[in-house]
Amino acid sequence: MEFARKVGAAVINALSYLGSLAVLAGRAAFSAFIGPFLGRPVRFQSAVEQAMEAGVRALPILSLITFFIGLILALQSAYELRRFGALNYVASAVAISMSRELGPLITAIVVIGRSGSAFAAEIGTMKVSEEIDALETMAIDPVHFLVTPKFIAMVFMLPCLTIWANSMGILGGSLFGVLQADFTFGRYIRASLEALFLRDVASGLIKSFMFGVTITAVGCLEGLSTGGGAEQVGRSTTRAVVVSIFLVILVDLVFTTLFFFLGAH
Amino acid sequence: MPGIADPTRPSTSLDGPMISLRGVRVSYSGREILHGITFDVQRGETLVILGGSGSGKSTLLRTLVGLEKPTSGEVWIAGKNFSAISGAERDDIRKKIGMSFQGGALFGSMTVGENVALPLREHTKLEDSTIDIMVRLKLDQVGLSGYEQYMPSQLSGGMKKRAAVARALAMDPEILFFDEPSAGLDPIIAAGIDQLILDLKQAFRMTIIVVTHELASAFLIADRMVLINKGDVVAMGTAKEMQNSTHPRVRQFMDRVPEPAVAQELDYLQMLTEQQPKQRSQSPGKSR
Repeated sequence: MEFARKVGAAVINALSYLGSLAVLAGRAAFSAFIGPFLGRPVRFQSAVEQAMEAGVRALPILSLITFFIGLILALQSAYELRRFGALNYVASAVAISMSRELGPLITAIVVIGRSGSAFAAEIGTMKVSEEIDALETMAIDPVHFLVTPKFIAMVFMLPCLTIWANSMGILGGSLFGVLQADFTFGRYIRASLEALFLRDVASGLIKSFMFGVTITAVGCLEGLSTGGGAEQVGRSTTRAVVVSIFLVILVDLVFTTLFFFLGAH
Repeated sequence: MPGIADPTRPSTSLDGPMISLRGVRVSYSGREILHGITFDVQRGETLVILGGSGSGKSTLLRTLVGLEKPTSGEVWIAGKNFSAISGAERDDIRKKIGMSFQGGALFGSMTVGENVALPLREHTKLEDSTIDIMVRLKLDQVGLSGYEQYMPSQLSGGMKKRAAVARALAMDPEILFFDEPSAGLDPIIAAGIDQLILDLKQAFRMTIIVVTHELASAFLIADRMVLINKGDVVAMGTAKEMQNSTHPRVRQFMDRVPEPAVAQELDYLQMLTEQQPKQRSQSPGKSR
């Protein structure tokens, strides 16, 4: 009985948390895409700065990580494929698994570490030093002022980063292809492109868009719900990372399942 | 919602009170902090809200500026029921008030000038050059001329408070709120902030609400004072009335008498050090 009550309370908490995320994301989306038509322009400058920080500055580390992931994928698939003498399928294996799954996912995880945590820390610090209160007393909506620029930056930059990550992964795979599987570089790239259908890339990009929404909502919600004191900022930051990773994987599962059944016919 | 004939509804005419609280109760997670606060603040008046730590004075201020919602009761500002309206109407009232937070609450990622310019950029369609001039004027007013390009982290505590006042003044508010304006400042800088408040009061006839526990500065700036204790209004009156009050709680606050529990601890210390016989601080009935 006690157990059932605990499970019930946990489920209600989780649902109400998801509800808050949806409300926050909805408000940010409203002020990003509908607000400008109602005479409330977005802070474009701030959105560009956020896009630089969350997107462009993530490129070096993201490139390195996804290059390695591509190489690892090539090695792992070759381990099995060489038993059938089918090493020439390495290119398509790497291309498809990068575009459909690992490109979006690794990108999301890198962005959570760099930006999701930074959102929570930045907004949390502002909350603690009464800057959020100051915005409200000045009749400036904190969601419009702080969350919307981040939201715009993230939903544009995550798909862009994902395309980049896919390319770097394929490049990583090509290293193995050229050195171990008798591919020339040109033939490897051609084999990768032939293996890919538009729906593989598109499904990955749709997922990465949703990851962008999720990471922004979690990071900003954790920041906005920071209690008093510096240690609370640390706690919010940690929670933002852990919750984001969990929810990104959950969103991934939901959309992968959806695409599986949509593509089954 | 009060009807039109409701006698408790404050007058909305221009000579009515600027701020009117009607039985305001505020709770945090089930615990009631303010137990029905009622008072008026007239136009152009400077009211000092006094109270010890944990008395609820900060919560009262947060309720006045709309950061906390009363669980019951009403907050009327400039003839509007501030606690009941929302959206654009609420923002209209908020544009009439300026708030100077305890730590300044300047935006760390913007320069001092950008901080002051922010409400103007968000709420007006003024040209950048006009905004620049207004920012310079506001910074002049608080004695921070030439600090536009500084970051808040480069300012001292007193300068941060002045910059925060400049930002609060940006929209030419009718009401100005101060949260502990002299907390954490040395006496000279604190006196400077008091003088700034007096200047603003004289120059603009603004309605000013100051929350503080500094008696000296309260007596200097206040037209009227209200003493809050444990979420209730204990006393309200002019500086003179407060000074002459015989209310025990007011006397305790004015004469800076520690709480009895602390007094006994002091007795205990004195007893230990054997400096003095302990009749002095014992209650009169029991001595000898």
